[in-house]
Amino acid sequence: MKKLLFLILLTLSNIAVFAQNGTGPEMADVFRSSGKIYVVVAIVVIILAGIAIYLFSIDRRLRKIEKEK
Amino acid sequence: MKIISQIAANFYHFLQRQMTRMWWKVGTIILLFYTLIAGFLLGVPDKFILNETIRNLYFHVPMWMAMLSVFVMSVFYSIRYLDKGLEKDDLAAVECVNTGMFFYVLGLLTGMLWAKYTWGAYWSGDPKQNSAAIAFLLYCAYLVLRNSIDEEQKRAKISAIYNIFAFPIMIVLIFVIPRMTDSLHPGNGGNPAFGRYDLDGRMRAVFYPAMAGWSLLAVWIATLRYRIRLIEYKNNSLD
Repeated sequence: MKKLLFLILLTLSNIAVFAQNGTGPEMADVFRSSGKIYVVVAIVVIILAGIAIYLFSIDRRLRKIEKEK
Repeated sequence: MKIISQIAANFYHFLQRQMTRMWWKVGTIILLFYTLIAGFLLGVPDKFILNETIRNLYFHVPMWMAMLSVFVMSVFYSIRYLDKGLEKDDLAAVECVNTGMFFYVLGLLTGMLWAKYTWGAYWSGDPKQNSAAIAFLLYCAYLVLRNSIDEEQKRAKISAIYNIFAFPIMIVLIFVIPRMTDSLHPGNGGNPAFGRYDLDGRMRAVFYPAMAGWSLLAVWIATLRYRIRLIEYKNNSLD
């Protein structure tokens, strides 16, 4: 468990390093500066959380049925 | 040869043991949360035509990786079936293909949507698209072939052999032929790839976890389907 936590920490540690965007081709800078991109991210996170809970519940039910056998 | 079969046997038992375990499923979800958040928020290189759709690398490409992972497992179980003749290995092989087909469709659809905004049309007859469609039919034929045979052992044996041959053909169609012709797809036909030289560190940091995460998710769904199928099979054989 300790190792796993350490791994997650390391994986996430690079988020802070990358922040700027150069000028050049048009990117979604307005979208990002208005802050609304976080709304999309939040929605995606909710969807994934739902799918995760759904899959884990199927897994649990299956394990119960398998134990009955 | 003996060593290979020993490794295969060990891998088989490893999969059997880990199937009902929790740790890798938790890991899968953590990886996916990371890639979905970082995939939108981390910086990407600014490129013309691609613009923000360069982020598709984090979402479209892993669909194909997920498909590939379960198809490889399916071939593994098919070989195992031909070797040992256990019915449950055949069930594992077909459920892996079923899950792979789901991700195949997602890959095709996301690719088409992206093509609309970068190439101008959902379907432009690009070699990559056409080969992907042919390979899709190849696997559809696998499922049709299976369902057309009533006798259990015959069905398992024929579909296992078909599956083993379909896999390399699918690989050649999707990953080799488009590279040799003038496909528009990134990485093919001399187009800039998200490969060794183009993919910068920022993208790698999301791309590789995304590949691993979605692959594991596909394997997880395949194991769920397999466990349901196994219970159905046992119930049917009791009657």
